[in-house]
Amino acid sequence: MFDMTATVLRNFLSKTHTRLYPFQVRETFENVRGNLDIRIEECIMCGMCQKKCPSQCITVNKEAKTWEVDPYSCVYCGICVDHCPTDCLFMHSEHRKPARIKENNQQIQLKGPEKKKKAQE
Amino acid sequence: MATIVPFGPQHPVLPEPLHLKLVLEDEIVKEALPTLGYVHRGLETLASIRDMDQMVQIVERVCGICSCIHAHTYCMCIEGLMGIEVPQRADFLRVIWSELHRMHSHLLWLGLLADAFGMESMFMHAWRIRERVMDVMEATAGNRVIISVNKIGGVRRDMSPEQLRWVLQVVDELETELDKIKAVLTNDYSVKKRTVGVGVLTYQQAYELGAAGPQLRGSGVAQDMRMTGYGAYKYIDFAPVVEKDGDSWARTMVRFRELYQSIDIVRQLIAKIPDGEIAAKVKGKPTGEIVCRSEQPRGELMYYVRATGDKYLDRVRIRTPTFANVPPLLAMLPGCEMADVPIIALSIDPCISCTER
Repeated sequence: MFDMTATVLRNFLSKTHTRLYPFQVRETFENVRGNLDIRIEECIMCGMCQKKCPSQCITVNKEAKTWEVDPYSCVYCGICVDHCPTDCLFMHSEHRKPARIKENNQQIQLKGPEKKKKAQE
Repeated sequence: MATIVPFGPQHPVLPEPLHLKLVLEDEIVKEALPTLGYVHRGLETLASIRDMDQMVQIVERVCGICSCIHAHTYCMCIEGLMGIEVPQRADFLRVIWSELHRMHSHLLWLGLLADAFGMESMFMHAWRIRERVMDVMEATAGNRVIISVNKIGGVRRDMSPEQLRWVLQVVDELETELDKIKAVLTNDYSVKKRTVGVGVLTYQQAYELGAAGPQLRGSGVAQDMRMTGYGAYKYIDFAPVVEKDGDSWARTMVRFRELYQSIDIVRQLIAKIPDGEIAAKVKGKPTGEIVCRSEQPRGELMYYVRATGDKYLDRVRIRTPTFANVPPLLAMLPGCEMADVPIIALSIDPCISCTER
């Protein structure tokens, strides 16, 4: 009984154990796989990430020089990052923000630099 | 006159969809008929369209709770077929993460059981403690539950000496927190009232029906796949946790004592972890067939892999412990009261998406 009273009082006087999530975000640890991103200007469009991805969420188009990721299919395993020959793929430690609706345009599409293409030709 | 009452697939105590048709006479269950198949995803078939490296991430998704152990067992199969020697440090790291998975699985289950018998504060405390284990996994492996650290030939991430020291510190904190819960769990009248003598599975029944894991050890059979010494378990000193009574209380105590055992194993592993490489080089494609067994939080897990030297594996067959634990559940239910069915169903720690894959 006395144990319980002490616990109740302690809980009244101490801080809350939970956070009001969207307003107060917990700090993430280092090297957490939160979100996939690319430095598109360094990408050589080799398509290795597309080949190795277990959930097949990446599409690389060599002709159009585009790199696409479907964030709703991505499982954040980081296999593509491990296999990228130019290290242009990387993971942010911040997680994606919550949203009320799934956006219609799910794909995140990025276009590689045009200059390189001309130089290659 | 017998009445049929459906239990599940949507039920407050069930984390996953299991359907039981309960044939009742008054309040007493006479028979239970199961229906499975609500969450079948066809993960075994994916082996025919995903290569063997991609399958590591796919088998992790068989079970969300013990993903690391699934990937570990699958990698053991492929390594066995190709004759790859995994570096010792990788073996130790794999087992550290496996034991962390066991801890968070048992804590999750303890919370669910507490919620099922109406002790909501213990549910929240168990899950609060579990959060610390998941923090460790997030900081060391990169994700919280499906940690994707295994690859064929070793592991993808290393732990620094500071991280290992921090893990030891967290594990010490866990032990003090568990001691507090232990006082409530073992002395509380209402907990014992709901679990002692409920859902009894005798030694003979457990053995004959092929129960697995804590279900089997709760009935007095000292069988633990970790004793076979796969991975780094061969360097560790431990004995299976066994209880004699075979009721829901015994199974609860087996899992609770296994939490302490896992803490002890993590300490031993960190004390003995060698330096060196974390992954061996992998070349070529596997040929032949192999069976590997390991101990999941829920019991014995079995993988069968057949490969023909092709890009894709010929067959991957997974037998999960809950599949083995369903027949003993059906043997325990007849004769119990309707109100005890949630406790008995939860006391086998059902993982239905594991079972159906």
